[in-house]
Amino acid sequence: TGKLPNSKTQDGKPRLLLMGQRRSGKSSISNVVFHKLPPSETLYLETTTKIKKESMHSFMDFQVWDLPGQFDYLDSAFDSAEIFSEIGALVWVIDAQDEYLEAITKLNATILKLQSTFPSINVEVFVHKVDGLSDDYRSDTYRDIVQRVQDELSDAGVENAPVSFYQTSIYDHSIFEAFSKVIQKLIPELPTLEALLNALCANCRIEKAYLFDIVSKIYIATDTSPTDIGSYEICSDYIDVIIDITEIYGKIPDPNEEFTNGAEQIGAKEVGNGPAESLITLEKKGNYLYLREVHQYLTLICILGDDSPTDRKGLIDYNVSVFEHALTQVFPR
Amino acid sequence: MNAVKRQKNRKVLLMGKSGAGKSSMRAVVFSNYVAKDVRRLGATIDVEHSNIKFMGNLMLNLWDCGGQDGFVENYLTHQRTHVFSSVAVLIFVFDIESREFMADIQNYYNIIQALEECSPTAKIFCLIHKMDLVQARLRIQLLDERVELIKAQSRGFAETMEFYATSIWDQSLYKAWTQIIYYLIPNAHTIEEMLKQLAEVIDARELILYERTTCLMVTKVTRSEKENPYHDRFERISSILKTHKQSMAKHTGIPAGSANFAELQIKAAGFMFFITRLTENTNLAVCIPPAEHIFNTARLNIELSKASFASLDVASRKRPVEGSVAGSSSTGDLDRA
Ligand SMILES: Nc1nc2c(ncn2[C@@H]2O[C@H](COP(=O)(O)OP(=O)(O)OP(=O)(O)O)[C@@H](O)[C@H]2O)c(=O)[nH]1
Ligand SMILES: Nc1nc2c(ncn2[C@@H]2O[C@H](COP(=O)(O)OP(=O)(O)O)[C@@H](O)[C@H]2O)c(=O)[nH]1
Ligand SMILES: [Mg+2]
Repeated sequence: TGKLPNSKTQDGKPRLLLMGQRRSGKSSISNVVFHKLPPSETLYLETTTKIKKESMHSFMDFQVWDLPGQFDYLDSAFDSAEIFSEIGALVWVIDAQDEYLEAITKLNATILKLQSTFPSINVEVFVHKVDGLSDDYRSDTYRDIVQRVQDELSDAGVENAPVSFYQTSIYDHSIFEAFSKVIQKLIPELPTLEALLNALCANCRIEKAYLFDIVSKIYIATDTSPTDIGSYEICSDYIDVIIDITEIYGKIPDPNEEFTNGAEQIGAKEVGNGPAESLITLEKKGNYLYLREVHQYLTLICILGDDSPTDRKGLIDYNVSVFEHALTQVFPR
Repeated sequence: MNAVKRQKNRKVLLMGKSGAGKSSMRAVVFSNYVAKDVRRLGATIDVEHSNIKFMGNLMLNLWDCGGQDGFVENYLTHQRTHVFSSVAVLIFVFDIESREFMADIQNYYNIIQALEECSPTAKIFCLIHKMDLVQARLRIQLLDERVELIKAQSRGFAETMEFYATSIWDQSLYKAWTQIIYYLIPNAHTIEEMLKQLAEVIDARELILYERTTCLMVTKVTRSEKENPYHDRFERISSILKTHKQSMAKHTGIPAGSANFAELQIKAAGFMFFITRLTENTNLAVCIPPAEHIFNTARLNIELSKASFASLDVASRKRPVEGSVAGSSSTGDLDRA
């Protein structure tokens, strides 16, 4: 399931490459997002010395490669076709608290090289560690980086390279939200999913609906109504509550992690142990948050909004099962 | 007169050197502060009093004693009896990062002497604080070392005192404070008995009673046949609930103090769980086997038992007129979180 049809890599899995200068935060990101390492523990991570490959098994299988900053991957000593692949994304991490000119130079060299070899690979620039910066300084830094990258690219004659920028930090939700957007671009079914979510929201007056991969806290689609940052945050906090309580009461910890191809498996052991359904009712607002497992790997989370009387739950349940049915046609289990 | 079940006032001193983290923990536990917001707090001038109502007739009179040398000097001399008499609990906070541990111990010893003189039956809880600053693998050993040194200076209290490693950044703070509150609640046994009966009736695997504002556990009943490997689950849930309350407050714009849920339910393959309001001051967390009919009867039975629990809860009855402190539910100037 979920294999991309035109994938050219041997294993058929889209690949996310994490690149950037040393100490820019790549391993921290990978550990926080895919291994649930508490952000403060990243202070004790050791420098990565060789490429670390991990595979993520979810609604779509993909790989995450952590490429240590000390090598020059454009050097011919590296087989670039081995590293870069047609399908996937290059996540370039820039430490916003540090000098970033050299990082930008390297980033641009990489983009230019990719333009000639794998022009369709998405380049996703994470302006990282923004938690340490004041609001003003943060947006100045961000703008400066965007500007410099684009200027250098257009000087080199490249106008429409697929490069996007995000402000991220492992200390808040931003890193998960950025990953969500990176991954959404790799899902060919995205428009269908959005249409289904739109219909669901319209039918039972739901304020906002997200389709989450619960294990990674990455959302793969949401309805197309305007998103404010707060909506993702509250859903993500809600997942934490559910996951934490489910861990306490629902699971016997399983020490047998599986390994394949030397790549660590992420999330595989959690499969099928997720919560089936959950609801939070607020004293002042009635039904407020709703969660339902709709697929082996996917969970629907809805913010019901300010006027969702408790008796409307039946309607929601019904519409969600319609949605669930439609989803099985998009992603057969 | 409300003589039968009048609320029990318990005086609790919170002491330790300036900067140790006393006001920070008070803000996190009692005033809905998020850990990162405690930076906004200034040093405490003299003593800040707060009165906190708890289930089971408990009224906590918390004295947050500013730790700067001048103030401490004053507590030990001019205000000696005022500060140290009729103390139920002394919570002494040691900063793990402190570079002058020996001076801290000396200061501690002076306070212990005053306490022994004025309140010899008091109980001491020692919190070795800011443990987050120590690497996880070094924590236990460091704690043990400190405990030895502190015990040696604790005179008559050494036998009964308790030690906890704490940090405002994780659930360890809740673990310590739960023990403190449990020690202070006068009718914990009555509450426990009632919970036990309720657990039988609804066939619960576990019932946990939480105080609503602080999310501290009041008491619990476990009936599950299999032992739950998560021994820290009670303080974990405290911490989960507190964090969630803050998240809801932020999102909905309701002040954290009143961003309470009426109910949270989780239905999973292996269990069902819900948290619902039991009395004015408490929430009940319920873990039951995964069956819809058990879920429904459990909710119904809890609804029916609310009245009898309410009679154990202070706030549901009129406050006694005599001797009660003005603004008894206020938590002092920390309230403006
Ligand atoms: N790392 C860490 N820092 C903490 C912790 N608790 C408190 N702090 C910090 O310690 C500093 C002092 O905290 P306060 O709570 O004002 O200290 P206090 O004991 O009330 O000091 P006085 O009022 O002067 O007696 C603040 O900067 C807090 O951010 C903790 O658990 N871990
Ligand atoms: N303030 C802050 N520090 C971060 C963030 N992400 C990573 N770091 C820190 O940056 C340092 C280097 O991270 P590491 O992941 O080893 O970098 P790598 O060499 O790119 O893999 C570590 O001390 C992390 O704790 C962030 O979002 N904010
Ligand atoms: Mg203070």
